[in-house]
Amino acid sequence: MTTADSLSALADAAEQPTRSRKPHNLVAALRRFPYGLALAWIVLALVLLWIIVPGLFTAYDPLQGVPGGQLKAPSAVHLLGTDSLGRDLFSRIVYGAVHSLSGAIAAVGVGLVVGTAIGLTAGSVRGRTDDVLMRLVDVLLSIPTLLLSLSIIILLGFGTFNAAIAVGATAIAGFARLMRSEVIRVRGSEFVEAAFGSGGSFAKVLWRHILPNSLTSVIAYTAVQFGWAILQISTLGFLGYGAPPPTPEWGLLIAEGRNYLATAWWLTAAPGLVVVAVVLSANRISQSLGRSTR
Amino acid sequence: MSVSVTPVLDVRDLKISYRQADKHTTVVHGVSFTVEPGEVVALVGESGSGKTSTAQAVIGLLAENGRVDSGAILLNGEDISGWNAKRLRDIRGAVISLVPQDPGSSLNPVATIGTQVREILEIHGRLSRRDADRKVIELLTHVGLSEPELRIRQYPHELSGGMKQRVLIAIAIALRPALIIADEPTSALDVTVQRRILDLIDDLRREYGTAVLLVTHDLGVAADRSDKIIVLQGGRIQEQGKTSDVLAQPNSAYTRKLLSDAPSLAAVRPRPTIEHGRADTVSVKNLVQDFSLPGGRNFRAVDGISFTVRRGTTHAVVGESGSGKTTTIRALAGFQKPTSGEIRIGDVDVGSLQADGLRQFRRTVQLVYQNPWASLDPRQTVQAIVEEPLLNFEPLGRQERESRVRAIIERVGLPPAVLSRLPHALSGGQRQRVAIARALVLNPEVVILDEAVSALDVTVQAQILDLLAELQRDLGLTFVFVSHDLAVVRQIADTVSVLHDGKQVDYGTVEQVFSSTSSAYTRELIDAIPGNRFPRAGAARHAISAGPTS
Repeated sequence: MTTADSLSALADAAEQPTRSRKPHNLVAALRRFPYGLALAWIVLALVLLWIIVPGLFTAYDPLQGVPGGQLKAPSAVHLLGTDSLGRDLFSRIVYGAVHSLSGAIAAVGVGLVVGTAIGLTAGSVRGRTDDVLMRLVDVLLSIPTLLLSLSIIILLGFGTFNAAIAVGATAIAGFARLMRSEVIRVRGSEFVEAAFGSGGSFAKVLWRHILPNSLTSVIAYTAVQFGWAILQISTLGFLGYGAPPPTPEWGLLIAEGRNYLATAWWLTAAPGLVVVAVVLSANRISQSLGRSTR
Repeated sequence: MSVSVTPVLDVRDLKISYRQADKHTTVVHGVSFTVEPGEVVALVGESGSGKTSTAQAVIGLLAENGRVDSGAILLNGEDISGWNAKRLRDIRGAVISLVPQDPGSSLNPVATIGTQVREILEIHGRLSRRDADRKVIELLTHVGLSEPELRIRQYPHELSGGMKQRVLIAIAIALRPALIIADEPTSALDVTVQRRILDLIDDLRREYGTAVLLVTHDLGVAADRSDKIIVLQGGRIQEQGKTSDVLAQPNSAYTRKLLSDAPSLAAVRPRPTIEHGRADTVSVKNLVQDFSLPGGRNFRAVDGISFTVRRGTTHAVVGESGSGKTTTIRALAGFQKPTSGEIRIGDVDVGSLQADGLRQFRRTVQLVYQNPWASLDPRQTVQAIVEEPLLNFEPLGRQERESRVRAIIERVGLPPAVLSRLPHALSGGQRQRVAIARALVLNPEVVILDEAVSALDVTVQAQILDLLAELQRDLGLTFVFVSHDLAVVRQIADTVSVLHDGKQVDYGTVEQVFSSTSSAYTRELIDAIPGNRFPRAGAARHAISAGPTS
């Protein structure tokens, strides 16, 4: 998994420039302004608005086709053209945001909660519990992610929510490992021993010191995982294991468009680019989180 | 030395600043000094005085955001301050070389010692492989490393700290540079090792005529080893001159303060003797602590240590790294169960305590750690840190808890304004005060101080020692003071145990041990206290008397 690499890379990256309020530094401030980061936040904010108020962005119905308007090229009437049933593609992308993103959030939530709990237990209790839990995590890691999520979906049945659980299950191992290593680092530090020395019980020290100090890099990792989950859910959608067809889920949009790649390339390109933009934005924001919390 | 000789190093009106965000902060304000051939010049100052920045500028290794604003750095008469990286690279190692501060992290862990020493010969010289190998062994022999043929095939982790520092010195002298910059070369080492390393630098200098710029915070080291001394404070030179002159008659108030704060230089009257009849608060009998090693073997870290500490007095546990002093106090604080032997604190047998008894026991014994940067939770405010023991033990109302915390914070000499701050916004001395406040908030009987002043600057160290003495006098605390620094021990302790390889080689009152010790090891430790060559004329620190019996 490359997320571990990107995490270590962001630790090495240069300090985040700080903005200055003094007028004579305006040029310097403009030069230092993190445009990429701002863009990333704008992308995510836009997608968030698509989820909350999709009606503001498009007047078309995502499920209702316009008769005789099939496979139209992008134009002023249909910003991104129409698909094979005459449905407006832009409207389908806007309305699809809620499916793709809620799936990703649920998936990351599953991975975060379960993985962090496993890592926290393993890292703070150590001994045999640690061995058993971490060997289970190793088993999870040894199965290819896609194979694992496909097996879980086949067991649970198709659907957006089940796809999210399947993707979340594959994220557990990463969270558990990261959390365990952080917990072990914090647990060995003097202030934790000092906390035991001032009479703290195990649960209290865990809650007051170990958990908050271990969470910093886990939070940065969560943002990386968020982008990755969108990708995975789209993959499952593309393969037909996610939301059932009329749903405008992004992966499904790409899958439906690929039959017309030669004649209507925008059907695959547009939702594909949206997925890429969201994933990159999540990664960029995760980087800035990783830096500021270190 | 004739007057016409050009100095090896001539620094003129050097100004250095660091850029942070959009601001430039000047840290060195117009420093000028010279280093003559074969001379040892000590650059003395506290952290933040600009001594390291000055040394880094001389060798052209300032951090990326640092720059030399003005001034000249003349090396053998040539100004190198404007040189680019490539030209500087050619003189580093050959004309000017560096002995870094921390031998533990200055060697490449994945290359053998031989490779690393040979590297410098290969970069600058055009030696054949066989010649280079012979030269490496010659160098390692020269710096006093035993079995050099074996060492060149070893990796850094197989060597002790002192041996690593010898390797680094071998690298520094390999090309017989005109100037060696030694940046705190011994502060990470034990006192006896420190002495041997400084002796080695001295010998090499005499032999090769190399000049040494010794950067140190320890005035004792500077007093012993340097010909000339430069006292820096806040990036400005407070005083410079011949070492003997400066120490005998310091002109600036700051130098006088440094002199009186340095435990190794200040003459200390012994503490008044403890009257008999005080109850023993701590008693350790035949403490043995084994650790099992992989492979089923046992390592005996502590082997039969016994001592008693009377109420309201200070007992020092002295030893070098690996002597078992940390193991002893961890057993004392109840973090480990002793393998055998008995530890009694008050009426409690520490070794027999079970989980809840141990938790209650912590009210009576508190530990203050060496490193105030690591012992405070970085995410908690001072208020949260100090009130934590109260939350664990005393169900107080919020109001009363806050007033107790405020009282103890004021007791350790901090303004109440620090309560809402996070540890990173405090200085090292302030952090250590917070750590002491946390230890004292439960009114413990015994406070164990694990090298509690070793990580601090001398002035701050002196303030903390004064605070500890005052707290002992007012609150009747019993201290167990762990240290490697005999000079500090002489100042604060009543009784002392000297540990060596897990055994107690000396035990008695400080006066007995210092004046008439029977053990050769203790003798060596006492002799290794830097500043011995400097006649004690400085202002005597007041002796600190033991606390009351109640």
